[in-house]
Amino acid sequence: MSATDLSTLDRDMFHLAEEPHHPEGSSTMLGFWLYLMSDCLIFAMLFATYGVLGTSYAGGPGPKELFELPLVAVNTAMLLFSSITYGFAMLNMTEGKKGATLGWLAITGLFGLCFIGIELYEFSHLIMEGAGPQRSAFLSSFFTLVGTHGLHVTFGLIWLVTLMVQVQAKGLIPANRRRLMCLSLFWHFLDVIWIGVFTFVYLMGMLR
Amino acid sequence: MSADTLDRGGHDHADHAHDAHHDEEDHGSRRGYWIGFLLSVVLTAIPFWLVMTMPLAKQATALIIMAFAAVQMVVHMIFFLHMNRRAEGGWSIMALIFTVVIVGIALSGSLWVMYHMNENMMPMQDMASMG
Repeated sequence: MSATDLSTLDRDMFHLAEEPHHPEGSSTMLGFWLYLMSDCLIFAMLFATYGVLGTSYAGGPGPKELFELPLVAVNTAMLLFSSITYGFAMLNMTEGKKGATLGWLAITGLFGLCFIGIELYEFSHLIMEGAGPQRSAFLSSFFTLVGTHGLHVTFGLIWLVTLMVQVQAKGLIPANRRRLMCLSLFWHFLDVIWIGVFTFVYLMGMLR
Repeated sequence: MSADTLDRGGHDHADHAHDAHHDEEDHGSRRGYWIGFLLSVVLTAIPFWLVMTMPLAKQATALIIMAFAAVQMVVHMIFFLHMNRRAEGGWSIMALIFTVVIVGIALSGSLWVMYHMNENMMPMQDMASMG
């Protein structure tokens, strides 16, 4: 076997002569999913913190005195409605209907806005009552967990408005479809996190 | 050489199959969204009703609402996030399973360790009297 043969063999065995071609953005969805999974870990840490500190009231008010379940139920409904309206936006996007997509996105945004509004009302109400994040370890971890979720929804709303402007200006081009699909994952993911919040924080809190 | 060609050929083929699947059913259907939505409404309403009216003992209520939350998360994953074993060539579900394992360890581990630490700590008043 000559040296030339060996080098050919090496090249064939150990690297591809030419990279396999991937269309632009083909790995975006998987990459975004991995981001969401890491985001999930952030929430897991905040849930764990709340689980550990959630009963340390420091002589202050507990969940039973503070939480209003009807308000939480309305909030949950807002987020659930926004999830299905975003789904309708995606279906219209698949069918290439720009106007209907924008309409459903706007409705989704309104529901999201209601959610944030109700949450801010609840937070300000708690702080007015003297049950702010500095009152006890329970309230610190509560505000951190629920606040982080609210912050995610807020950024989701900013992203939503940005994409609506993009779709309005450029239409449903492949890049915009990809962005809308990423936001879809983000939005539905936040709804999944909210299931954990209303169950473990609010409902379980009322049982204590 | 032949192995290389085969491998690349296989890869290309998988890519095309993947792309076709991608366009077909990535966004779900109107029916799928409605099923997911109605299931979510039921799975949300029952826990709220259980806690607001308290027809059952606390322990049982807690277990039931946790089970409902777990089921509703799966419903969202299937009908809204369109999670399945084939998405992104199986890597999405692998990442999800990995995350669920890590989240499970982090949550149960934290609660377990901190609970036992609280149990084994000297009570505050004893510590104060030791001065």
